[in-house]
Amino acid sequence: MIVDTAREIADEKIVPRRAELDEKNEFPTDILQDMARADLFGIFVPEQYGGFGGGCFEIVLALEQLARGCVGVATSYAASALGIFPVLIAGSEQMKEKYLPDIAAGRKWAAFGLTEANAGSDASGVQTTAVLDGDEWVLNGTKQWITNGGESQIYSIIAITDPSKGARGASIFIVEDGDPGFSYGKKENKMGIRASATRELIMNDCRIPGDRLVGRQGTGFITVMKTLDVSRPGIASLGVGLAQAALDEAVTYAKQRIQFGKPIISFQAVQHMLADMAIQLEAARALVYAASRHIDNNPRNMSKASSMCKVFATDMAMKVTTDAVQVLGGYGYMKEYPVEKMMRDAKILQIYEGTNQIQRNVVGQELNREYTI
Amino acid sequence: MNIIVCIKQVPDTKDVRLDPKTNTMAREGVSSIMNPFDRHALEEAVRIKEEAGGTVTAISMGPPQAEAVLREAISCGADDGVLISDRAFAGADTWATSYTLARAVSSLGNFDLVLCGKQAIDGDTAQVGPGLACQLDRPYVTCVQKIRSLADGEMIVERMMDDGYDVVRLPLPALLTVVKNINEPRVPSLRGKMKAKKAEIKVLTAADIGAEKQCIGLAGSPTQVVSVFTPPPRGNRTVFTGTVEEQIGQLVERLKAYL
Amino acid sequence: MLIVDKEKCIGCGVCEENCAFGAISVVDGCAVVNDNCTLCGACVETCEPGALNIEGAAKETGAELGEWSGIWVVAEFRHGGIAPVSFELLGIGRTLADQRGVPLSAVLMGSGVEEGAGLLIASGADLVYVVDNPELEYFREDVYGRVLEELIRARRPEVVLAGATAIGRSFIPQVANGLNAGLTADCTQLSIRSEDGMLLQTRPAFGGNIMATIVCPNSRPQMATVRPKVMAPLEPDPARTGEVILVELDDRVYRSRVEVLESVRSEQDNVNIQEVEILVAGGRGLASEKGFELIRGLAEELGGAVAASRAAVDSGWISYPHQVGQTGKTVCPKLYIACGISGAIQHTVGMQSAKTIVAINKDENAPIFDIATYSLVGDLFEIVPLLTRRIRENRGK
Repeated sequence: MIVDTAREIADEKIVPRRAELDEKNEFPTDILQDMARADLFGIFVPEQYGGFGGGCFEIVLALEQLARGCVGVATSYAASALGIFPVLIAGSEQMKEKYLPDIAAGRKWAAFGLTEANAGSDASGVQTTAVLDGDEWVLNGTKQWITNGGESQIYSIIAITDPSKGARGASIFIVEDGDPGFSYGKKENKMGIRASATRELIMNDCRIPGDRLVGRQGTGFITVMKTLDVSRPGIASLGVGLAQAALDEAVTYAKQRIQFGKPIISFQAVQHMLADMAIQLEAARALVYAASRHIDNNPRNMSKASSMCKVFATDMAMKVTTDAVQVLGGYGYMKEYPVEKMMRDAKILQIYEGTNQIQRNVVGQELNREYTI
Repeated sequence: MNIIVCIKQVPDTKDVRLDPKTNTMAREGVSSIMNPFDRHALEEAVRIKEEAGGTVTAISMGPPQAEAVLREAISCGADDGVLISDRAFAGADTWATSYTLARAVSSLGNFDLVLCGKQAIDGDTAQVGPGLACQLDRPYVTCVQKIRSLADGEMIVERMMDDGYDVVRLPLPALLTVVKNINEPRVPSLRGKMKAKKAEIKVLTAADIGAEKQCIGLAGSPTQVVSVFTPPPRGNRTVFTGTVEEQIGQLVERLKAYL
Repeated sequence: MLIVDKEKCIGCGVCEENCAFGAISVVDGCAVVNDNCTLCGACVETCEPGALNIEGAAKETGAELGEWSGIWVVAEFRHGGIAPVSFELLGIGRTLADQRGVPLSAVLMGSGVEEGAGLLIASGADLVYVVDNPELEYFREDVYGRVLEELIRARRPEVVLAGATAIGRSFIPQVANGLNAGLTADCTQLSIRSEDGMLLQTRPAFGGNIMATIVCPNSRPQMATVRPKVMAPLEPDPARTGEVILVELDDRVYRSRVEVLESVRSEQDNVNIQEVEILVAGGRGLASEKGFELIRGLAEELGGAVAASRAAVDSGWISYPHQVGQTGKTVCPKLYIACGISGAIQHTVGMQSAKTIVAINKDENAPIFDIATYSLVGDLFEIVPLLTRRIRENRGK
């Protein structure tokens, strides 16, 4: 049912508009509203807060279909889930009651504010600070390249509350659109996923009530790591959906395009390319589904599976979209056909929510640990 | 507001292609869908309900399998679905269909508004909406592209004309047929789909709606189909070759009659 | 009832494949019909052995058929003029009336319309009923419907024809319902059956892929709406004579529950694409709103109008009244030039009856080429401007 609904959204609402959104660098507010009406924002919210109580696997299914339409639009949806995960994982009951019903209904969207100019792959470089002043927290700092920045109403912000404690000195706060001292930088002009909005979040003596602290003070990084463990299969499934869309385009074209008197799909050189694309795609899909089911069982350690599927599926998406452009040849390079956009969109999947190099580090470190007696 | 939406199940033409040799439509394996115009009527009804409250009842006259479009209507926000189905209805033309729908609507109790799509994409007649209004003796406006206001027992609507539009006021209860630019239909929601799965679709037969035998089905239809045939295929086709300049030259030569 | 002739049925299963409702299947080598049957007739048409038949009698309304005589045409008057389709109706109406040996009458409704009567007579009418009343200034379904119904009841014509326009398709069904009369929508052929003088009404169904011929055996009048641009008007003859009858009706006929507050004529949509001879249409291949400037340029050069596919309308490049196809308008111009339109069936059902179709598309496999009279495979951004220029030069000669 989730698959059908997400697919209907993709086919009816996203595909007809994706080229225009990409061209105009335009945020798909109305499409997100369509998703909200279709209850898609309720998938990852527990039932008692108006959602459907789905887990990582359900999000993966939805994102895969949305990404078949447009990774930019799907990213905007995924970023809202990412932004609220800290509340789901570590938030108080009171905090959940405050935010989750609005998220489930799609009335409000969320965003996740971790990255800074000097804190990318090295998340411990966060320089944004939060200081308790009476009943209020005062935040200072600038977050960079925040997906849904300026479009969402709810932001999870990672800030240092105790610089002396290093990684144990970070905490997560909820900052709301309109809070005093909270503003946005200019919208970034990106290579791909241009339908998604990416902005700076600027906190200049931003004052928020004391109860906006998510979980206990100093547990920020633990929550961030848990959040990313759960969210990475979602990014992997964007790769799966995107590659599926590219494969669909490539095969359809190869059957139509006549060269040397035959459809090009009848040439082995093309057939083998398409076959490799399909094989890699299915392998990635199987891994992503398995990893997300594994995570939904709530194992003690989920980082390895999470990182593995992210790396494999997004590298696969880059390869498959590049090959799709190749199959379409000159047409593939033209904006009239959707595959060049798919190729541009694919690149970000290898970069955001932890670069694929960092993911390999995680897998390597986990292996090292597992084999230590 | 009690709103009734009339919905027809029609063959899906999405992937259908004409056989260029015989000029016949390949209907093999064609699935059924909700008539596209009716989706817009349903969406408008649900929007009115969301704003002003009330109920939306989707009705469809058709074979038992038409139940599927009523479930789809519920998944898109309708409260109930009523299937008007009886073998005696088969072969109805637009007159008999209008009569049957009118009997069914009357048997459902009071209504404020009946919404229909402008026409069905299989029959393309656009006659059932006005016919139903006539049988119900209610005012109606066809081809509505916008409902400007709806309050105090009357509504102001824009009716699309061939050369622009008219702004029309009419009292409720009334009937409207809508064109597709009135709104953008939503995708069925997850909750709606769950509800639709469980929903009980009421079935009304000829006896249930008190239809007179001589007014329904083939026997109640003043028009009668005497023959059905496939139109002759289009004449010769010419594909120009050569450079763009040459192709255009050949085309202009052939189009001289129109210049 | 759909009757299966068990002797003739060979169990080939073609009917099963062609039933959109899953209502017929082959069991033990013979076709069996179930409750899903809507009597649409699709299987009857495809049954080669002729084993399928639809049986049943049409509605008896008790109308004394012989008391109804004469052919009527409903003239459409809007914004100060008579719509072209009215003259086309008089063209076919004249033929039918001559065959039946009865007079051809026109009904002209509106406010300040009396002068139009002469034009209708010149175009073939023997008689014009003029209903001139301020209440008829704007089109209103209920008033127009009641006026026509009153006239028909009083004078009993055997045939009533109207244009399949926004107005005609809106109020004629109401009249037919009120009179218990049969009505066939959107006819493209009309003729008289010689044996019994019945009107044979032929209309496209399933988007023009099937033609159905329909009669109204037991009810009168026989009513039909006729698609614009299909029938040929007569050359107006100012010397023709005819009678003009001014009809006065009771005030109650004009009482309406509907009020027209405003009638807006759109600048851009001023041309009804169903009423023009040449259409230049653009689709997804135009890539942007700007692409339509090329289309407009060519249309202007040809003295035609601009049409569009659903993709172009949904992208917001042009307004809905220009849309041709299943969820837009059905057109049949003399010349239809499709630029950057792939030709999905949803589009082609709306334009495949055009006399000449020119297709310009860069995808040589586009289905539009299957129905095009003349096909140009190439880049429309190159072809259309060049074609426009060539046509201009050609005219200059």
